[in-house]
Amino acid sequence: MPAIQSPVTEEVHPDVALVARAKDGDTAAFEQLVRQYERQIFRVAQHITQNREDAEDITQDAFLKAYEKLDQFQGNSKFSTWLVRIAVNESLMRLRKRKTSKTVSMDEDVQTEEGSIPRDFAEWRPNPEQQYNQAELADILRKTIQGLPPGFRTVFTLRDVENLSTEETAEALGLSVPAVKSRLLRARLQLRERLSRYFRQKQEGQPA
Amino acid sequence: MNCTDLLSHLSDYFDDQLSEELREEISVHTAGCQHCRVVLNTTHQTIEVYKGAELYEVSPGLRDRLHDAIMARCFAKK
Repeated sequence: MPAIQSPVTEEVHPDVALVARAKDGDTAAFEQLVRQYERQIFRVAQHITQNREDAEDITQDAFLKAYEKLDQFQGNSKFSTWLVRIAVNESLMRLRKRKTSKTVSMDEDVQTEEGSIPRDFAEWRPNPEQQYNQAELADILRKTIQGLPPGFRTVFTLRDVENLSTEETAEALGLSVPAVKSRLLRARLQLRERLSRYFRQKQEGQPA
Repeated sequence: MNCTDLLSHLSDYFDDQLSEELREEISVHTAGCQHCRVVLNTTHQTIEVYKGAELYEVSPGLRDRLHDAIMARCFAKK
């Protein structure tokens, strides 16, 4: 019933028009969507698989799949969220293939509370940015996030690195909002604990 | 509010999903609890340091290669 809508009209995401044109066979419109999201999809795939070649393949596969299934995209979610969901599924499949004996899913390793209970109570001083240069810092952040179980790593990457909302993260991962929240909290706490090793205030007379 | 309660509200605190009342309870608790104050501060720093961090740089060369490969694969089909 459009009659009782609020006076503020909801802004239509620019992707909606691009997707509609791409569905009608406009290749330039699809290329524009590829341009907009290829880097993000690559980063997400690399975060999950931790492997550059895999991430390249997955990025190609994800866009090909999106292109082939474009007619099935109903527009209930953002196009970018739908795309991320395809890339996450492709990435998890790739991880499963790599570890033949072990199944990899979003549910793996997330049952345990281990590592989520704070044990390090030192402030970080000076700030991480003051303690390390940019390259060193990136290296520490990469190594630390790599140590998280895939189920935590993926939630944290989408929510806190790629800045998806909690709802979008839930949609992209096929999880409920409470499940995302619970994993996000534990991922953040585990990362905090691990990063404390590098960033904690050094005590006088103690080796770094 | 005790330390366990605070921990369970931590994510909502940073995502700005808490009522004024709960925020106030957290600030009262952290004023008197050094451990929770540190956990709150350093968790905040954890989120901030990762926010937008370009951990996997996509060089222009890689981007071009990737882009061309995507387009070739999509449009070879039709």
